Amino acid sequence: MGHLTYLALLAGCLVATAPLELVLRVRVYARWRRLLLAVLPEFVVFVVWVLYAIAQGHWDYSDERTLGVRLPGGIPVEEVLFFLVVPVCAVLALEAVRKVTGWDAGYPVPPGDSPGSIAATDERGADRGAESGPGTSEADR
Amino acid sequence: MSYSVLAVLAVVGVLVVDLAVYRTRMVTRRVFWAAYAIVVVFQLLMNGVLTGLDVVTYDPDAIWGPRIAYAPVEDLLFGFAMVTLTLASWAAVNRRANTARRRGFDTDTRPSRTR
Repeated sequence: MGHLTYLALLAGCLVATAPLELVLRVRVYARWRRLLLAVLPEFVVFVVWVLYAIAQGHWDYSDERTLGVRLPGGIPVEEVLFFLVVPVCAVLALEAVRKVTGWDAGYPVPPGDSPGSIAATDERGADRGAESGPGTSEADR
Repeated sequence: MSYSVLAVLAVVGVLVVDLAVYRTRMVTRRVFWAAYAIVVVFQLLMNGVLTGLDVVTYDPDAIWGPRIAYAPVEDLLFGFAMVTLTLASWAAVNRRANTARRRGFDTDTRPSRTR
């Protein structure tokens, strides 16, 4: 695969997790504004870390296994994408576990997203979500 | 600072953010550890390919030395910090948005209080 090695790995992550949104309907991409907001702190911190690591020579990237496009600071474009793709996959995993198990993640469950509703999601039955939910959602704030 | 030192500091930092800043307490929740268990399997796979194929190479002086699936053990700390910071932020964003909505406030116009 040569120059596409790193990029293909990132694409593989997105393809592998896509069914969580498309089939399980975890509504992570659907809440894209929240997703961007949630990824932002991680993105800033870790890009700064990588820039420091490159400057200090802690690690380096192969020009044969990447596109060879380096952004300012010597960071490959794939590495920047990594800090967007991987957190999105992590959020998809969290929401998938939460949806399947109904375990509390510390924030109120959006309407129509209670664990018992998985089978009924196709119904889209108006605003009945208010009284459902796992019952633990507002317990710890 | 070496990669090793930074990796340890990052883990401490995200624990502080999760427990004391956001107070999302993700690391105390089953749902977090179940998700992390899934993520770490894929991390070992992807990182194994990245380091096994020498997409990324490390300065031996910046790491402790032991490796798991080709990658320095520090990468596990790096990955944990990255995932935990992301999921705690996600929980914080959703807590605010869903709580605002439930109380009848419009999510987008509610003034944000940073803590």
